[in-house]
Amino acid sequence: MSKRFDIIVIGGGHAGIEAANAGALMGCSVALITMDKHALARMSCNPAIGGTAKGHLVREIDALGGLMAGIADRTGIQFRMLNRSKGPAVWSPRCQSDRKLYSEEACQVVSKIKKVEIIEDSAEEILAEGGKVSGVILKNTGFISGASVILSAGTFLNGKMHTGLSSFVGGRYGEKPALGITESLVKLGFESSRLKTGTPPRLKKESINWDILEEQPGDENPKPFSYRTDIRHFPYLPQLSCFITHTNEAVHKILERGFSESPLFTGTIKGVGPRYCPSIEDKIVRFSDKPKHQLFLEPEGLDSDQIYLNGFSTSLPAEIQYEAMRKIRGLENVEMVRPGYAVEYDYFPPHQVDLTLETKKVQGLYFAGQVNGTSGYEEAAAQGIVAGINAAAKITGKPELVIKRNEAYTGVLIDDLVTKSTDEPYRMFTSRAEYRLILRQDNADRRLLKYGYDYGLIDKSQYNELNKRELLITKAVTFCNETKISAKVINEHLSSRSLPEIDSTEAISKLCKRPELKLDEILQFVNTTEENKMFATTLLENEQVLEQVEIQLKYEGYLKRQEEMISKLEKYESTRIPSTLNYLDIKALSTEGREKLNKIKPRSIGQALRLSGVTHSDIAVLLVYLKN
Amino acid sequence: MNHPYLEDTIAAIATPNGVGAISVIRISGSNAASVANKIFKGKVGLSAMKANSVHHGKIVNEQGEFIDDVLLTLFKHPNSYTGEDVVEISYHGSPLIGQKIMELLLKQEVRAAEPGEFTKRAFLNNKLDLAQAEAVIDIISSRTDASLRGARDQLDGLLSKNVTELRKSLLDTLSFLELELDFAEEELEFVAKEELLEKINNIINSIEGLLASYNFGKVIRDGVNVAIVGAPNAGKSSLLNYLLKESRAIVSSIPGTTRDIIREEMTYDGILFKLFDTAGLRASEDLIEREGIRRSNETIKNADLVIFLSDVEHGFDSAIFADLLNLVNRNKIIKVMNKIDLKKLHVNDDEIKISALTGEGISNLLKSMKFSATKNANYSEKSAIVSNVRHYNCLRRAKESLNKAANSINQKFSLEFISLDLRSTIDSLGEIIGTVTTDDVLNNIFSKFCIGK
Repeated sequence: MSKRFDIIVIGGGHAGIEAANAGALMGCSVALITMDKHALARMSCNPAIGGTAKGHLVREIDALGGLMAGIADRTGIQFRMLNRSKGPAVWSPRCQSDRKLYSEEACQVVSKIKKVEIIEDSAEEILAEGGKVSGVILKNTGFISGASVILSAGTFLNGKMHTGLSSFVGGRYGEKPALGITESLVKLGFESSRLKTGTPPRLKKESINWDILEEQPGDENPKPFSYRTDIRHFPYLPQLSCFITHTNEAVHKILERGFSESPLFTGTIKGVGPRYCPSIEDKIVRFSDKPKHQLFLEPEGLDSDQIYLNGFSTSLPAEIQYEAMRKIRGLENVEMVRPGYAVEYDYFPPHQVDLTLETKKVQGLYFAGQVNGTSGYEEAAAQGIVAGINAAAKITGKPELVIKRNEAYTGVLIDDLVTKSTDEPYRMFTSRAEYRLILRQDNADRRLLKYGYDYGLIDKSQYNELNKRELLITKAVTFCNETKISAKVINEHLSSRSLPEIDSTEAISKLCKRPELKLDEILQFVNTTEENKMFATTLLENEQVLEQVEIQLKYEGYLKRQEEMISKLEKYESTRIPSTLNYLDIKALSTEGREKLNKIKPRSIGQALRLSGVTHSDIAVLLVYLKN
Repeated sequence: MNHPYLEDTIAAIATPNGVGAISVIRISGSNAASVANKIFKGKVGLSAMKANSVHHGKIVNEQGEFIDDVLLTLFKHPNSYTGEDVVEISYHGSPLIGQKIMELLLKQEVRAAEPGEFTKRAFLNNKLDLAQAEAVIDIISSRTDASLRGARDQLDGLLSKNVTELRKSLLDTLSFLELELDFAEEELEFVAKEELLEKINNIINSIEGLLASYNFGKVIRDGVNVAIVGAPNAGKSSLLNYLLKESRAIVSSIPGTTRDIIREEMTYDGILFKLFDTAGLRASEDLIEREGIRRSNETIKNADLVIFLSDVEHGFDSAIFADLLNLVNRNKIIKVMNKIDLKKLHVNDDEIKISALTGEGISNLLKSMKFSATKNANYSEKSAIVSNVRHYNCLRRAKESLNKAANSINQKFSLEFISLDLRSTIDSLGEIIGTVTTDDVLNNIFSKFCIGK
């Protein structure tokens, strides 16, 4: 008798553990298949979490009740808020992680989840009957059955690594690839393709001349990712710095010598690589006028003797990598622990999944992470939690979770994947979000905690606390609009800061619109009634509320414009298109529009509007058909 | 965002083009009543009107100046042709008045309706029965083809080339901003505020140039309305006849809608002139004549150009001229002295001397007419011309968002706020030449800058 699970998760990476956690918290029995149970949430590439737009995703995963933020907080060895000189919408938290501790912490956390059974084995085939998934065949265990299967295999599907002209199969350095799954899915009618990504060499810490390099320390007052992290114990670990160096023309010359043995240039690598994260050889060729490129030396961990050379991703022959690096300032005597390599892997162009991440072809089968063509731990984790919630929701009879573009980067991510598909590894950027001013890292809980609570991933006390905070924010905004500060109280302060004085009185909200004035600064001058004074003090003591109120007041006009845009489009987003609609029958559609619509099968008019090649007239025709 | 076009309030002249006794402008959409209310002065405002009621009143412009006497009908949704709120304005059937009213509407939250759009909305709001569905789809798809052809034609034009360049330049600017926002960690040279402002101001200037070409574009598309004014025996008819004889390409001869106004069309140097021979300007006791004068005055007010005709026998009539100045701006008037074949007389320098009998001086007059019609336009053979009111409005919106962007820079707002305004500018320009995708910016960044740690 084979074992039976509600959900089978294939792959224990960043997507897999979020999916397993979400499914289990929603009451489902979960099998987490991994080739190595000590390798959960292993960081294959750089030892860092967050960054622009990615930091937003981490906060969102946390608000939904996911694991990533907490693990990053407990294992971070440098925390920084990027873009601090810009407006609040693009502030992005980032941390350097202790690579080893991160994975260990993830193993700890997952092993404690009651309904998750970790199975150390290799999945070889996904089975489906009558358009519905039935289970997975494991190499050693044999068949296990599941109502749902979530595929989150990362770069392991037919993974192949390249250094120079030598290549070897594997999903990650020193780890075996996953063979058979792609083939079983192609048999079920799925389309697969190849992508490529690369990783830089790892260096020996003591072989680097640190004294002559520019230091980049973390923030003085670091902020955690997770709403649940106890700030009193944060940061948990000692903090380390990164260091900066540059390539130079001598380095480029040596690297060029290796081009004839580059798998990238000789055509050995067929997969498409990410343009935003090019290899060093790509940079030299495409930007030949640049005499140098910036490199970051990132610590791999507290006890690690390895350094990650960020910016030097390469698949050139190891000897060339080594020789070139020795011309870099600070690396004159460097020793290489492991050369950089490129990895090629299978993915399934993501127009084959729906906004729930369930595949359109096979019910109960979900794709999450790099198998959908994304790159990055954060992108993977965000998909993992959504796939996990949806798989469990279907089994437990709860409504599906589709996060909208105006609610979260997670929504933008999945909508982009499904609607536009992708032929290069997809990374999140803030410029992908049209409602960027609203989707801030500071309000992820206000945007998403309700979903985390609804699906049982967030406990009631945290949800109640948010609701209390919402009430206070509303009250505070009204207070700032209605409470005035008089000239005689504040003018002295204004002139001491060489700011224009006010005439008679001015509302707090109006003063707050001045870019130079902070809300807490203005609130000091509230003195009209005892009650007002007390309320101002309450606000001053509540940093979280103060921040939200200040942003709301300062950028009111812009935020309103975005809200208006959202409500204008809402009608289209909520006009559903049945998945059974046969576009080929609708002769009035333009040829290109018909093909696109038929391929993607958008679920709403709003989604159809985002398809390239679909014209306004096509939309009008669709609306006419929907009326019939 | 050019997507939510079904939400837009739309307007169009709903009766056939040309001169009729009455023409109708239809406005449909949720803003229909509020935008009509801004230009309509009647006994009651539109908010106080009952559904399906007809009201008499005036259409006035932003300065409160009178445009026309009209009948306005308000239909409230769902009981209207389109199923939305609909306002219909019946005005006196002159294309000029129609155009004026449309322009007043399009300055507000209204856009010009596409062909067949009222019918399309009627269908979508269940106002047409099922049997008509296929027919409607056919209409929509055939319109699509027509508009695609139109779009292609325009793509060949200078305007779209110009707009494409402006959009490209904005995209480059926006890429710089986004680069700084999304690649904060990279060692890149970011754009300085002053430089950004300069770029934006340059684009504003270019857009203003295009906007200024609109008058000329209108001339090219719609022609120039010329009112010929003068004392009864100054020779208006002979001038008209001579002009029509001179321009070999007579387009048509349309009888005037009233007994007193004759309208003829002629082209000169590629420009269509619509000539209106008007009745006298002086008040009269005769009822019919008074109506004729009222209409003459209407014509003069709406004319692009007025030929004020005197003759050497009677000399320049300053009294009529003074009346004329009450109706029309001085710089629209060309003073012409007729009958110079009769006797040589001292004439003022600012008068063009002609003889409608011998044709002497007529070519000067024609040149002057062309000059006056096009003088306000920054036009050279190589510059793009805006002739379509929709394009004009897109450009106007583009300029407004750029001004907002410049304002945000001056107020030291962070780049993501400036980006918002640049994006709406790019969208507005994109509406002229086709659709826009958000990926343009990232593609631009990836191809231009060396990024990626």
